[in-house]
Amino acid sequence: MKRYDAIVIGGGHNGLVTAAYLARAKQSVLVLERRPRVGGAAVTEEIFPGFKFSMFSYVVSLLRPEIIRDLDLPRHGLHILPLESTVTPMENGDYLAAWGDHDETRRELYRHSPRDAEAYDEYGRLMHFMAQAVKPILGMVPPDPTSFAPGDLVGLLKLGKHFRDLGGERLHALVKLMTMSSADFLDEWFETDVLKATKSASGIIGTFLGPRSPGTAYVLLHHYMGELDGVFRAWGFAKGGTGAVSESIASAARGFGAEIRCDAGVSKVIVGNGRATGVVLENGDEIPARTVVSSLDPRRTFLQLLEPDHLPSDFVSDIRRFKFRGSSGKVNLALDSLPSFTCMPGVGRQHRGAFSISPSLDYVERAYDDAKYGEFSRRPYMDIVFPSMIDPGMAPPGKHVMSIFVQYAPYALNGGWTDAKREAFGDAVVNTVESFAPGFKSLILHRQVITPLDIERITGLSEGNIFAGELALHQLFFLRPAAGWAKFATPVRGFYQCGSGTHPGGGIMGASGRLAAMRILKDGT
Amino acid sequence: MSLRTTPFHSRTGPLSEGQAWRRWAGYVVASSYELSHDREYHAIRNSAALFDVSPLYKYLVTGRDAARLLDHVVTRNVGKAKVGQVLYTPWCDNEGKQIDDGTISVLGEQTFRMTSADPTLRWLHLNASGLDVKIEDVSETTAALSLQGPSSREILQIAAERDLATLKYFRLTSAQIRGIPVTISRTGYTGDLGYEVWVDAAQAVPLWDAVIETGRPFGITPAGMLALDVARIEAGLLLIEVDYFSSRHALIEAQKSSPLELGLGWTVATDKERYNGQAALEAERRRGPAWQFTGLTVGWDSLEQLYAEVGLPPRLPTQAWRTSVPIYDRGGHKQLGYATSGGWSPLLKRYMALAHLGSEHATGTEVRMEVTVEHRRKQAKALVTPLPFFNPDRKRA
Repeated sequence: MKRYDAIVIGGGHNGLVTAAYLARAKQSVLVLERRPRVGGAAVTEEIFPGFKFSMFSYVVSLLRPEIIRDLDLPRHGLHILPLESTVTPMENGDYLAAWGDHDETRRELYRHSPRDAEAYDEYGRLMHFMAQAVKPILGMVPPDPTSFAPGDLVGLLKLGKHFRDLGGERLHALVKLMTMSSADFLDEWFETDVLKATKSASGIIGTFLGPRSPGTAYVLLHHYMGELDGVFRAWGFAKGGTGAVSESIASAARGFGAEIRCDAGVSKVIVGNGRATGVVLENGDEIPARTVVSSLDPRRTFLQLLEPDHLPSDFVSDIRRFKFRGSSGKVNLALDSLPSFTCMPGVGRQHRGAFSISPSLDYVERAYDDAKYGEFSRRPYMDIVFPSMIDPGMAPPGKHVMSIFVQYAPYALNGGWTDAKREAFGDAVVNTVESFAPGFKSLILHRQVITPLDIERITGLSEGNIFAGELALHQLFFLRPAAGWAKFATPVRGFYQCGSGTHPGGGIMGASGRLAAMRILKDGT
Repeated sequence: MSLRTTPFHSRTGPLSEGQAWRRWAGYVVASSYELSHDREYHAIRNSAALFDVSPLYKYLVTGRDAARLLDHVVTRNVGKAKVGQVLYTPWCDNEGKQIDDGTISVLGEQTFRMTSADPTLRWLHLNASGLDVKIEDVSETTAALSLQGPSSREILQIAAERDLATLKYFRLTSAQIRGIPVTISRTGYTGDLGYEVWVDAAQAVPLWDAVIETGRPFGITPAGMLALDVARIEAGLLLIEVDYFSSRHALIEAQKSSPLELGLGWTVATDKERYNGQAALEAERRRGPAWQFTGLTVGWDSLEQLYAEVGLPPRLPTQAWRTSVPIYDRGGHKQLGYATSGGWSPLLKRYMALAHLGSEHATGTEVRMEVTVEHRRKQAKALVTPLPFFNPDRKRA
């Protein structure tokens, strides 16, 4: 039996990125994917004949430009298309729109508040500085603040100098951003409620928090980090859906010589003398390897693939405490034609961007209130896109697909998720859209409702958390996934972690996968 | 308006959101219809972009000696071309210096349509003395649309109610679109799957309407010259007065180029009798051209570093530029040549440029390109890259 230099467990985008970088460094690499296709939560599937859906993750948010370049992903089919506008329908029939053109957006905002229209630019400038301050961290292996190892000290010194160089004003703003709720942070800048609601919505995605919960302001930054990449545009909609992103990384990995095997679930990592020596497949086959890398989330990586006695008990309890709390659902629809929204009737350029169902801060906070007590939101926050308007290949000519990201749908639903509850959740989503776009329901040809339980069952993400572990401050940087073990290595020698449950995690970034590969190559195990 | 509008203007005019027009051969055509050309560019690579290319100069050359005349003028072998073929070709003066480039469509045994960027009627007449040939300027009476992108075939197949899969790259066919007689050629200026549709100018507007209505479910997008400019750089296609100077307009010898120096050696026939510039081109081929026309890929890390030094993220040209930019050796002192076009490829995520370098600098050679960073002249690393930058299988499939 061939012994590989490295086996990567899980063919999601991070696993594939790790595999590609290892193969690029001339290692023999095998990727093992449980499902029939690669991609994990970044997959495109034809759920309904002729209609293709980015089943789970639906926009490319922060795919690292260095990965696009290093792996030459455009040559492997990656084409990121612009997704420029956001329209928020309001309950009084008005709307708030942000367009691709700066002047147009400013004029639209002026309609709601001349003061906010001016503040918007200053806010953008501050966020630019904040994103610039945080961006280097995305590409950095987190140093351990309690360690005196030279590598950690150098890392900490660099980090210290980096923050000192920010200067007082920006450092203070950064601390606010790290600690405040998005609602409070936005209150310092704007008076238009619908603007604050729409902006704050990006701070709650994938968390079990509301816009008034402290810690949500930090997530606002993610959008601006995409903008820092500017014209490089690592932000948008992938032609062919997010599955095409995974396919392009897989193609690059294969180009470097990696093998990718689907329908090959891993049941255990083989450990001998405190060292990983291979894996056991679900069918009982054993495959030896010098290094084993898990792209699964921390719970499955440590509590499922390993026996508890392979790990220190305090580490095991840290991992047990790592919070997932999936809170998002997804409704994918095949449509006969595009819906017309009351606030902006007809079909037009608005359908080429997002519709944000976040008419007021109270609306979004109330959606959270339902979830806090174990119910799905009766009137949820939604981020709606029509991928077929951007890539017509996603649906038959003239027909459309509609992707609705929904929050909140708690994993721990009162009484648990059942088929009936899933459909009731789907009804709540569709009825809420109908209230902003009357007649919409009659256009639906097919409906797929995905709850956090479905996300867990299909992709394996624990509790259906889309970030492989909540993006909360206590679970970031040198604490992701556990203090002392944030540098991609694990207590088992030769066993590494490379998924979104490690730093920096979140979205289709690939940064975790890349940093893990670099760490593995540096260790030379 | 003192410049002419094209036969499609009653449709293209109202689409222009920012009234941004560009001059082309005495006409005005859209720079971009939307305020930014971004979406129009992506349509070329993602769905289908519709360009008004009517300003091209067009000549109908007919008669017993039509092929003989064209063979005397251009560098490719017209006599060998079959009916239904389209030839891309340059043409030269007697010293083998390039005058212009365009296409020749073989419409019949004795019927050819020639397109050019500059007026060519006088040059054709000068070369036609004693020949049995009729030369007609049909520039104003023939309108043309270019439909480019992966969905272009599907759209035209429906519009023309016929299968176009058998129409090969650089071939043409006559067809009808809603009863309007047209010629469809599988040609374009984007390096993608694409077609050009030639029509009597009087029928231009109904043709536009038919193509737009058919294409709507496929995401057809009217597009302007800014989007085209990015695509043609990706495709490594040169542009007269930008990447080279017509020898008829050059004021000094150094401004002239030969097809061999412009990467068009493949268009210079070795199997035909006398044509303009033949002796000079044959001699040049024997000794090897002094210049080469090549791609450059500007190094991202190098550019990022130059901007980081002033505390900025890298700024990239979102519109293609058309200026002459010096190219130096890797030491940064000796000038090796100059770039004439460049820009950011949103598809390839690469800063590309088209450059003239001494022919001795091979693919992969590291050079330096001048860039201006916050008002100061700097040099960014760049690699000599073969053209085209982008060459999808669908172009010829």
